[in-house]
Amino acid sequence: MSAEGYTTADGRKIGGVLMEMKNITLRFGGVKAITDISFDIREGEIRAIIGPNGAGKSSMLNVISGFYVPQEGEVWFRGQKRAPMRPYEVARQGIARTFQNIALFEGMTVLDNIMTGRLTLMESGLAAQSLWWGKAQREEVAHREKVEKIIDFLEIQPIRKTPVGRLPYGLKKRVELARALAAEPKLLLLDEPMAGMNVEEKEDMCRFILDVNDEFGTTIALIEHDMGVVMDLSDRVVVMDYGKKIGDGPPDEVRSNPDVIRAYLGVEHA
Amino acid sequence: MPDTLLYAIEVSLNGLMAGIMYALVALGFVLIFKASGIFNYAQGVLALFAALTLVGLQQGQIPFAHVINASFGTDLHHFGWTLPAVVAIALTAVVMVGLAWAIERIVLQHLVNQAPIILFMATIGLAYFLEGLGDVMWGADIKKLDVGLPQGINETIDAVTFNAFGYGFFIDNLDIIAAFVAGVLVLALTLFSQYTKYGRALRAVADDHQAALSVGISLRFIWVLVWSIAGFVALVAGIMWGSKSGVQFSLSLIALKALPVLMLGGFTSIPGAIVGGLIIGMGEKLFEFFAGPLIGGATENWFAYVLALLFLVFRPQGLFGEKIIERV
Repeated sequence: MSAEGYTTADGRKIGGVLMEMKNITLRFGGVKAITDISFDIREGEIRAIIGPNGAGKSSMLNVISGFYVPQEGEVWFRGQKRAPMRPYEVARQGIARTFQNIALFEGMTVLDNIMTGRLTLMESGLAAQSLWWGKAQREEVAHREKVEKIIDFLEIQPIRKTPVGRLPYGLKKRVELARALAAEPKLLLLDEPMAGMNVEEKEDMCRFILDVNDEFGTTIALIEHDMGVVMDLSDRVVVMDYGKKIGDGPPDEVRSNPDVIRAYLGVEHA
Repeated sequence: MPDTLLYAIEVSLNGLMAGIMYALVALGFVLIFKASGIFNYAQGVLALFAALTLVGLQQGQIPFAHVINASFGTDLHHFGWTLPAVVAIALTAVVMVGLAWAIERIVLQHLVNQAPIILFMATIGLAYFLEGLGDVMWGADIKKLDVGLPQGINETIDAVTFNAFGYGFFIDNLDIIAAFVAGVLVLALTLFSQYTKYGRALRAVADDHQAALSVGISLRFIWVLVWSIAGFVALVAGIMWGSKSGVQFSLSLIALKALPVLMLGGFTSIPGAIVGGLIIGMGEKLFEFFAGPLIGGATENWFAYVLALLFLVFRPQGLFGEKIIERV
């Protein structure tokens, strides 16, 4: 694989390195959640992080999105080393995410939830906003149009005025994806996007993830513990077990890796 | 119409007007509680502090004059100017924003992720600190606040009701203005929170901190914003109460009356604060009117709390509050 990128099996062009994790170690007190892990995420790629429960996948995602600060290692984003920053600063850099347990604004409508995704892209100041002045008003309308496109794209038109708290689980997951997409992220992080879904919902979600990548060229990093789903979806896979990286590469290569098989089947674990 | 009924109507109207005053204070509580889950014990003192600052600025008092005089043997008291009310109010609003910023910086920032009881204790400390600061800055004497709001009996209502029923209602002009201002304030706050990006961010933070962070909202900014708005609401309450009964320490005690208002209306509902205020205001006046003579009067001191207690038994979330159901 060259520095410029590579071409996938289905002929998509993958670009240079967008994000690089260098020797990340994360400890909670005496417990090591992540031990010396390095990998990169490239422009336009669908990158998966998989592993059994408790492997440290979510911790890794939280490091990328700034919710956790690793004790050791460097995070590089768009060619620059990232100083330790708060989650909202990471979001403003163009990294959007969803959560495993869904973190939506339950009391707000679907439309308002998705509009919050565009907060970082809105420029007018407090005074103009308070008085609903020229620029603020034009801005609101422009952003609303963008949000309507995303609503169409994810096929959630009929529920746009519904408070999120009333929606079923599968739709909530989709609204959360919509909110993350609304930020027009350079990197989209999905924490177990298929968790708790039935087969039909899983298929829908897979289709949306592929469409998002295809349509907007969004780079996606996702976490799953369901191997099957991930293998169909992703271009490259990082496999974690007990906080360590035990495999990294295209799905087929990873699938035949003996360490990975051992971790998943739980045979002879050292 | 029988006289008793006429009196009762007049009493309830006056009760409604008093209720709006309670609601003004309750409003500040609700704003902060919604956005951060903090029960801000200092809201009443914020109103007192705002009123003190307003009077001080308007009359050109030199802040900390007593301390300066005592330390340097000087005899300073006034700058020698009188500011127009509008300018003084604007300056006070700026001071309240600065205060909000300082509270976030000095107190709240260090207490992130602490239990609600700790934050509550912090606001108690804040209340006493602000009370003392107000005294030291502007002096402890009772002050007259006059920003040019009309006061006294509304002649028109008096005349109209006198002609209609043969009995003129006594409604204070100041109360009518308070009602109007409270209405405008609630409308403005509702529009702000529904249709602006900061309003949306505010609602987002009130709903889920983690999700709010993930869409790029700075919690600290939102807290400064919400405490500024609460400070502004406190200023409005301070102006109204101060014009009515002078600026003095007892102003901060109206916060205690806001408590039953919140229990009635629900801690998280802006309309609830208004409706709760109206019910308490009218309820206590009517109760005093009908039951007061039978049981020896002074019922206004406790009626509101008993009403709130009854509410706690039958509808703990208040009229408009969110029902909290936890899965076990």
